[in-house]
Amino acid sequence: MRETNMKKILISLLLLLFGTSAYADCNIKSGSINILANDFPALRTFVETAKGCKGSADFKVTHSSEHNKIAVPALTANPSEFSARIAANSSIVPLMNQDLIRPLDDLVKKYGKGIQDSQLITIDGKIMAVAFMANTQHLYYREDVLKELGIAVPKTYEEVVAASEKIRASGKMQYPYAAAYKAGWNLAEEFVNMYIGHGGEFFKAGTAQPSINNAKGVATLNMLKKLAGLSNPDYLTHDSEAIKVEWESGNVALMTLWASRSGTLLDDDGDAKITAATKLTGPATVAGGNIPAATLWWDGFTLAKNRSDADAEATFRALAHAAANKKMVADAADQAVWLIEGFKPGPKSIGVIEAVKMKAKPYPMLPQMGLMHGALGSEIVEFLQGKESAEQALKDVEAAYMSKAKEQGFL
Amino acid sequence: MPNKTFFWFFLPTGLAMILFIGLPIISTGIQSFYAQHDQVVKEVKKCDPFGCTVSIVVDQEKTSKIREEKPLGKFNGFGTYVDRNHLAIKEIGKFWDETNSFGEFVDQVTNLPFYKALIFTLTYCLFVTPNVLLLGFIIALSLNAVTRRIRGPLIFGTILPMIVTPLVGSLVLFWMIDAEGIIGANLQMLMDDPYLSLKSSKTLTWITIIIYGIWHHSPFAFVVFYAALQTVPQEPVEAAIIDGASRWQRVRHIVLPHIYPVVTFVALISLMDNFRVFEPIIGFSAEGSAQSLSWLIYDNLVNEEVILFGSAAATSMMTIVGIAILLAPVLIRTWKEFRTAR
Repeated sequence: MRETNMKKILISLLLLLFGTSAYADCNIKSGSINILANDFPALRTFVETAKGCKGSADFKVTHSSEHNKIAVPALTANPSEFSARIAANSSIVPLMNQDLIRPLDDLVKKYGKGIQDSQLITIDGKIMAVAFMANTQHLYYREDVLKELGIAVPKTYEEVVAASEKIRASGKMQYPYAAAYKAGWNLAEEFVNMYIGHGGEFFKAGTAQPSINNAKGVATLNMLKKLAGLSNPDYLTHDSEAIKVEWESGNVALMTLWASRSGTLLDDDGDAKITAATKLTGPATVAGGNIPAATLWWDGFTLAKNRSDADAEATFRALAHAAANKKMVADAADQAVWLIEGFKPGPKSIGVIEAVKMKAKPYPMLPQMGLMHGALGSEIVEFLQGKESAEQALKDVEAAYMSKAKEQGFL
Repeated sequence: MPNKTFFWFFLPTGLAMILFIGLPIISTGIQSFYAQHDQVVKEVKKCDPFGCTVSIVVDQEKTSKIREEKPLGKFNGFGTYVDRNHLAIKEIGKFWDETNSFGEFVDQVTNLPFYKALIFTLTYCLFVTPNVLLLGFIIALSLNAVTRRIRGPLIFGTILPMIVTPLVGSLVLFWMIDAEGIIGANLQMLMDDPYLSLKSSKTLTWITIIIYGIWHHSPFAFVVFYAALQTVPQEPVEAAIIDGASRWQRVRHIVLPHIYPVVTFVALISLMDNFRVFEPIIGFSAEGSAQSLSWLIYDNLVNEEVILFGSAAATSMMTIVGIAILLAPVLIRTWKEFRTAR
C-alpha cells in the first residue's frame, strides 16, 4: 500500500517536472524544422521557446549576424536548406522579390490560435510573415553628465548637437556623441533615418526613379556630418557593437542605438556607475519635423517556399507557439518590445514605445530599397570625410543606384 | 621531358584545372553578359504592426513566366561592363566635355567606384610588391649568414606573419592602431596630437594597409629566396672573395644573376596576390577609405540585400584581364628566354 503511494507521489512529481514540457509540446508528430535567424538575445529566446514545442520533429537553428548573406542562396535551393527564416522589414524584401517564401493564410487559420491580427504582415491580402517584436533606433543618454552640466534631455538632433558641444566645451568628454556610422549598411541606415526625419522620399512616387538629390538630402547629410564631428574620429569603422563598447567605457554621453541592444547596455556587466546613469528616451526629431528621425522595424518569421508542406506545417506550429506565448513574453519582458499579447512594457522598451507614439515611419518595404541602401552606404563616405560636396555625394548615390537598378531590371 | 610523357604527367592536373578553374571562369564570363529581366511590379496593400500602406511589390506570376523562359536573364552584352559602376565610358566622355581643367577631370574620374578601386589596387601592388621582394631578399641574405644553430627558430619566427590568417593578422593590427591601442596611443603621444587617428585619415589608412601587406607577404619571398640561396655555387663566390670582391659586389654579380629566375617567379606570384588584395580591407574596416577590385566583387555579392551577379561577374572578368596585363611584360620576357634557350 505504502509502496504504491510512493509510486503515485513519484509519478505525480515526474509529471510535474515534465508537465511544463508537456504543456509546451504542440504534439508535432513529424517533419523537420530548420531556422535561420539573426543573433541577438530576444531572437534566441524566441527560437528556444519554439524548440520547447518541437515534439518529435527534427529541430535545427542557425543564429548568425551574417544571416542576410546566407538567406537568399539558402532559400533558393530546392529543397531549401531552411524551413523558416526570421526576417525583418528590409530582409523580407529580397525573399519576396525572388518568390522564396510562402503565404501563411491556411496555416494561420489552422494553427495560429493566439496570434493577434496586428502581428500579421499581409501583402496583397496574403499573410507573408508573422511579426513578434518591434525595434527602432533611439537616443540613450548619461543622466549624470547631463544633470551636472544642466542640459535638458534632447528631443531634437539640433539639441543633441548643442548638448554635445556643451559637453565637449566643458572638457568632460572629447567625443560625446556616438552612432553606428560604419561605412556600408550602418551608415546608410543612419541616412535613411535622418532623411525620413526631414520628411524626404527616396523615390519619385510610384516609380523606382531615385529622388534624394534635393534640399532635404543636403540637410540630412549636413546633420550627419555635424554629428560625425562630435563623434570619435574613427566613426567610419564603428558599428553598433563598437559604439556599445565606447559607451561602456564612459567615453560617450549621447548615443543613437538600436532598442534591441538596450538589454546588453543595462545588464550587470561593466561599470555599475555608467549602467546606473544610462537612460533611454525616444528617438529625436530633426529640422522641426513632427515624425522622429528613425525607422520602425519588426522582426517576424517567414516560411520557405521550396520546402515540403509537412515541414512547413511543423515549423509553423512550433514558431506560432512562440509567437503567441504569454509566458515567454512575461519571462523575457526586458529583452525586446514584444508584439505578442500580454506584453507589459518595461523601462527598456521606452525607445520603441515613444517612437510608435511619435508616429515614426516603418522602414520602406520596397523591392528596390536594398539597392538604394547599398548605394548610400558607399557613396556618402567621401562627403563625411570632407572630400566632396553634399550635392556631389547625392548625385553619386543616385548614379550608383541607377546603374544597379538597371542591372536588376527596376529601371 | 618528351612531350608525350609531359602530356600524361600533366593530364590529371590539367583536368582538375579545367574543372575547378576554367569552367567557373567561363560561367562567370557568361553571367557577366546578362542582366536581370525587367521587373514587373504592381501596387498592392501592405499591412504590418505599424499600419497599412499602398506600395509596390514584384509581380511574381508574370516574373516567374519570364524567368522560366530565359533563366539566365536579359542579354546585356557589355552593358554591365560600361555602366557607371564599372568602366563608365559614357560618364568619362561627359566629364571630358564638361570639365575645365585636367585636374578636375581626373578628380571626377577617380570619384567613380571602379576607378577608385583600381587606383587603390594598383597603388597597393606598386608599393607592396617591390618592398616584399627587397625585404624578403634582405632577410634571406641575413639569415643565410647567421650561424646554423639559431637559424631554425629564426626562420620559424620570420615566417610567422605568413602563418597567421590574414584576417586575424589585420584585426590584431587594427586593434593596435586604435586610438586607445598600443600603437595608436603612442603615436598620439609622439606626435603630440590627441586627435591623431590612423583610421580616420584616408592616407594613413592606405599606408597602414600597405605596411600590413608588406609584413604579411615578405615571408613568402623570404622562404623562396632562402631556398634559392642554398643552391648558389660556392666556387665562384670563393673565387670572388680571393679577387677581393666586396660583399655587395658578390651579391650583385654572382648571387642575384643566379637566383634571377626565382625573383621573376616571386614577383609574378606576388603581383597576382597583391592585385587581389581583400582581407586587410575587411580586417581594418577600411571600406570607407580603401576599396579594391576584389572588395567591389564582395560588395556586389554580399553587402547588398539583392545580389548583383552581373556586376560581380563583370568586375571578376576585369580583374582577370587586369592581372593578365600586369603580368604580360614578365610573361613575354620569360617566353622569349624560353625560345632562345631552345
